[in-house]
Amino acid sequence: MSLLDSFWFVLVLKMVSIATLVPVAGLLIGYAELKISAHMQHRVGPYFAGGRWGWAQLIADGVKFFQKEDIIPADADRPVFKWAPALVLLSAVGLFVVIPFGEGDVLVVRDLDIGIFYALAISSIGTIGILMAGWSSANKYSLMGGLRAAGQLIAYELPLVLSVIGVVILAETMSLNGIVEAQASWGIPFIVPQLIGFVVFYIAALAEMSRIPFDMPIAESELVTGFLTEYSGFRFLFFFLAEFANMFTFSAIAATLFLGGYDPIFFDVPVALGPLVLASKIAILVFLMIWFRWTWPRIREDQLQSFAWKWLIPVSLANIAITAVFKVVF
Amino acid sequence: MLDTQAMAHLSDVAVSIELETADMTLNIGPQHPSTHGVLRLTATVDGERVRDVKPVIGYMHRGYEKIVEARSYPQVITLINRIDWVSGFANEVPFVVAAEKLMELEVPERAQYIRLILTEMARMASHLAFMGSFPLELGAATPLMFAFRDRERVLDLIESVTGGRFHPNFNRIGGVKPAAGSGSATRKQVQDLPKGFLAETRAAMDEVFTSCDQLETLLAGNELFQARAKGVGVLSPEMAMAYGVTGPNLRATGVPFDLRKVEDYLPYGDFDFDVITADGGDSYSRWWVRLQEIRESAKIVQQAIDGIPSGPLQAKVPKIIKVPKGELYVRAENPKGEMGYYLVSEGSGGPYRLKIRSASFSNLSMLPYILEGALLPDIIAIMGSLDFVLGDVDR
Repeated sequence: MSLLDSFWFVLVLKMVSIATLVPVAGLLIGYAELKISAHMQHRVGPYFAGGRWGWAQLIADGVKFFQKEDIIPADADRPVFKWAPALVLLSAVGLFVVIPFGEGDVLVVRDLDIGIFYALAISSIGTIGILMAGWSSANKYSLMGGLRAAGQLIAYELPLVLSVIGVVILAETMSLNGIVEAQASWGIPFIVPQLIGFVVFYIAALAEMSRIPFDMPIAESELVTGFLTEYSGFRFLFFFLAEFANMFTFSAIAATLFLGGYDPIFFDVPVALGPLVLASKIAILVFLMIWFRWTWPRIREDQLQSFAWKWLIPVSLANIAITAVFKVVF
Repeated sequence: MLDTQAMAHLSDVAVSIELETADMTLNIGPQHPSTHGVLRLTATVDGERVRDVKPVIGYMHRGYEKIVEARSYPQVITLINRIDWVSGFANEVPFVVAAEKLMELEVPERAQYIRLILTEMARMASHLAFMGSFPLELGAATPLMFAFRDRERVLDLIESVTGGRFHPNFNRIGGVKPAAGSGSATRKQVQDLPKGFLAETRAAMDEVFTSCDQLETLLAGNELFQARAKGVGVLSPEMAMAYGVTGPNLRATGVPFDLRKVEDYLPYGDFDFDVITADGGDSYSRWWVRLQEIRESAKIVQQAIDGIPSGPLQAKVPKIIKVPKGELYVRAENPKGEMGYYLVSEGSGGPYRLKIRSASFSNLSMLPYILEGALLPDIIAIMGSLDFVLGDVDR
């Protein structure tokens, strides 16, 4: 019996891989964001750190955060204040559990039967962390940021769930591996029959991550970075990392649900290249997020609510109905 | 045991406790990224809804009106270009014109043209700063970089003539200073604008048109930008005039009032340009009016460069400047609105009294009116769209 057959050894190995992947993905996406935004704005971006192209900029930033004093406001609700960043990062890391990076059981931590259900549930926990951070900071701006995050949760969580149902109906499974296999057997990615679902999912995911145009909980110009205002040092780094990890995981889920995941669909490449195929799809989706962020202004909280309830939810309900009829008839 | 009436009352009480949320007093500023300096707003907010707003001003008060009473006329010029530092050059002009009018000096035409070119470039610099900061307040970071890149080009040109990006200190009573770094003034050589300045500026103005197009395509058609700016902070022409609002903020309500067309402090009559107005009176109109005014300014600068006469830069003035007894009000169309100096002279080497009418102060006075009942994110959007500078408010 080799070591790879041992359940515990494999589990620990996977956990270590995820624990490495989260900061690495965070660094890569963070660096991409710095460089892409710089080129969009006719700047060069980080240039000197690391000797070339400023590749070590984010590592230097990370080291800087380690050195900073961990300031907790005197009036803060200390345990809540301390646990909030952990909870936010936990939800980001927890999402990695179900993402299949390749075929079979090896490249996924756990192929849950209710994979997508688990992913949507665990991703909402992050919002509770944001609410905790806003509430416990003893700062009016942070409080408003936290409450905005809670209000946003109500607005986008429903369309996020509803947009996925169409895919689940088509694939007849909630397992993410199963959804990829379904797309492989169909021969087309689900973005073709589920274009509406994809758009709704992507918009709702942007809101879930508090990315522009939905970054009202942070809102630098009004709330002075909202729930993040009182955080410094290592705890701030947690939020920072969670944001980029979330960009990675949500893009991974969107790629898995709608773009065929690790399966290249139209091309014939070796199975072992599955992770690379997924990574390239993630890269496209992440680039879109960065592109939106540096092009658009932020919308207002009430505009998000009316957009979610008047457009996203009816559209995704209609999408479910059409998909269901389609499924029954054909 | 409570009777039914008391129970009904109690349930009423419970409901009202649940629904009535307490108002929160939110201090916005003086240290806040979006208050353009040190403006403090004491806002009473109910959730995101703002009940009322009290602007608290005075953090930047430097007492210029008092200081200038102990300064000579040339010294005053270094002070007053710090009032609205975003368009320093434009602040100097009306004061110098007031002194010259009292002295009955005939300013050489070339000097007047140079003043006009630099004033319009200061207007461009100020409006470009607005083009960057207003979208940033709505959360869009990229227009800031675009606008500031173009503004830097304009500031570099101003610097090449005056030696200062923000505080040119270039006007003299009776004309303008000889070009920076071009030798000693005692040798009485006529030192002119730096070589190539006019050609470079003309070329730079062409680029200003391109960058205006860029800024327009980046934002004007954007649904999110329109959703945040259109119909937000609407001001009627009547209210604008009642509050003494001037400049682009007034023109955005549809009132075609531009002192460049009315007053004669600089030879604007020689040029062909439009007074830009918009009908909305909202944040979007204010943004749009300023964008178009950059184009108009570039047009004026190009015409002025084409038609600039040759001649001296200075009128003949005595070594020690004394302004004869008298009083005069000179007002000018500054980037932020009407800027006026009421100069009282008792015949000495410095002003006896100087009253500064700054545009931002009057424009800001309507904040409590325009912000009442707005949403918290809109406070920032409206304040940004009014484009004030705290140095101009507090003086």
